[in-house]
Amino acid sequence: MVVFEKPKALTDAQTHYCPGCTHGIIHRLVAECMDELSLEGKAVGVAPVGCSVMAYDYFGCDMIQAPHGRAPAVATGVKRAKPDAFVFTYQGDGDLAAIGTAETVHAATRGENITIIFVNNAIYGMTGGQMAPTSLPNQITQTTPYGRDVNTAGYPIRVCEMLSTLDGVAYAERVAVDCVKNVNKAKKAIKKAFQTQIDKKGLSIIEVVSSCPTNWGLSPNDALQWLRDNMLPYYPLGVYKDKTGEEVK
Amino acid sequence: MAERVLMKGNEALAEAAIQAGCRNFFGYPITPQTELAAYMAKRMPKIGGTYLQAESEVAAINMVLGAASTGVRVMTSSSSPGISLKTEGISYMAGSDLPALIINVQRGGPGLGGIQPSQADYWQATRAPGHGDLHVLVFAPSSVQEMVDLVSHAYDTADKYRMPAMILADGMLGQMMEPVVIGQEEEKELPEKEWAANGHEFKRDHNIINSLYLQAQDLERLVKERFERYEVIKQNEAMCENYMVDDAEYVIVSYGATSRICKAAVREAREQGIKAGLIRPITLWPFPTEDIIKSIPNAKKYLCVEMSMGQMIDDVKLALNGARECDFFGHTGGIIPTPEEVLSEIKKMAGGEK
Ligand SMILES: Cc1ncc(C[n+]2csc(CCOP(=O)(O)OP(=O)(O)O)c2C)c(N)n1
Ligand code: SF4
Repeated sequence: MVVFEKPKALTDAQTHYCPGCTHGIIHRLVAECMDELSLEGKAVGVAPVGCSVMAYDYFGCDMIQAPHGRAPAVATGVKRAKPDAFVFTYQGDGDLAAIGTAETVHAATRGENITIIFVNNAIYGMTGGQMAPTSLPNQITQTTPYGRDVNTAGYPIRVCEMLSTLDGVAYAERVAVDCVKNVNKAKKAIKKAFQTQIDKKGLSIIEVVSSCPTNWGLSPNDALQWLRDNMLPYYPLGVYKDKTGEEVK
Repeated sequence: MAERVLMKGNEALAEAAIQAGCRNFFGYPITPQTELAAYMAKRMPKIGGTYLQAESEVAAINMVLGAASTGVRVMTSSSSPGISLKTEGISYMAGSDLPALIINVQRGGPGLGGIQPSQADYWQATRAPGHGDLHVLVFAPSSVQEMVDLVSHAYDTADKYRMPAMILADGMLGQMMEPVVIGQEEEKELPEKEWAANGHEFKRDHNIINSLYLQAQDLERLVKERFERYEVIKQNEAMCENYMVDDAEYVIVSYGATSRICKAAVREAREQGIKAGLIRPITLWPFPTEDIIKSIPNAKKYLCVEMSMGQMIDDVKLALNGARECDFFGHTGGIIPTPEEVLSEIKKMAGGEK
């Protein structure tokens, strides 16, 4: 009896993620949801610039690699040209909440019928650990070596809270992948977001509080503990917006 | 609707794109391309197409990238400052081998410059339409009818070579009203794009639209392949109008709206017994180098006329390769050279030879 298999929507390519990085878990959840909702054949995924740039090799569906921050605009172009395609972006916090803030906010306010998987690891992973828009106050990064001073570097952005004020957003939930219970919840959330798109309700976004052991300078386990101790208080988990019960206008 | 109608250049560009099968338009308002977007906003919803006013030119060009990735014909239009913002997306599209049509209705620069016609984006269009080793096809119409004809040609050529195409117009052409004939309103059969990312439905491998190659050797191989394609384009796709060039001793080189003024000046010079001619590049990339070279034996001197401080003159000089001298005459944005001014430049050249 097979108890555990690789989701079909993941390719056989070996990922390049660091040991203990939670990107891998999130990929798996996205792929499982695609399998369960039979979406791979009509899916077009949009990979960001960031550690997950090579997601185009890992997901088995058609993929596009977008310029840094522009994934929601690219996804908009795909969805408008092919409304029957299932379209999702997979983006880090620098990609989504710094360079791509305008693209994110406006795709959201237009209610683009796409799904955003937003990986919040409070740091720029790919470029070696600089401050992200979601880095916590006093968090030490390569570019905030004395800790993020909110007087000069500003405050972290709470993306789900911000986007939930926009009418175009149909579903927004923040989840974490630090323990089995939360991973299971994260999967349910992603599936709900995908269903939101299938039902043509508008933009859905799942923010996944994630870890970056490499650039946080912690072991994989300590990183998950740091996530629980520091990130979850600032980024409370939960559903921030749910219009899925409403009629489609 | 193959009848003659009176249309503004900007509107004609839009209608021609629709006739060429474009059903997706993404833009951001800017003068002097306004009428093009307004026309699309009016027409697209009626024919089941998309008109989307993006939050910026950066977003608009990336929407173009997304739509182009699915294999459809897509267009964006802007003017100089907006094109600067689009260069990021243009580079990614070139690096991902995506066809699309970008319209630049040029205005004066640099910076916010002015809103009047200009030809100061020649360098940007032909030299650096984005970062990296790349070219885009650049077409330069000089009449409203030619704008229309070049739109469908630009789409076909972009599809054929899998690369972005640009129509480099200017505020004068965009605003000008002229009679045009636009092709039949019939569904155009578009070529199948087996590389498109539009859902594989388990009938093929997954398609990836991408410009990242971390292995230097892979990147170089791909860029070199692309440059081989560029060489084929240079051999086959250059377009040029030669007006009274055969026996011309004084050859003007000019494109777009400015070339019309030069044509009038050449005619007048001929009446006055000066053997003048006009070479009008219709493609700026690839530049019609051969047409310049062919004109050299009879020519004594060249004059490049542009609405800029002199940008295309670089390509003219490269083509001449020192065989003849080339002067420049031009104004910057908003000051359109007059036929009298150009004629007087021709006379100066002719006089100087005696
Ligand atoms: C226009 C542009 N600016 C900067 C970069 C460099 N860059 C690559 S990834 C990245 C940050 C990515 O961080 P994030 O989005 O948080 O994703 P992560 O790597 O943490 O998963 C930056 C700044 C780039 N590729 N393009
Ligand atoms: S740098 Fe951080 S985010 Fe990137 S793969 Fe490594 S652990 Fe993951």
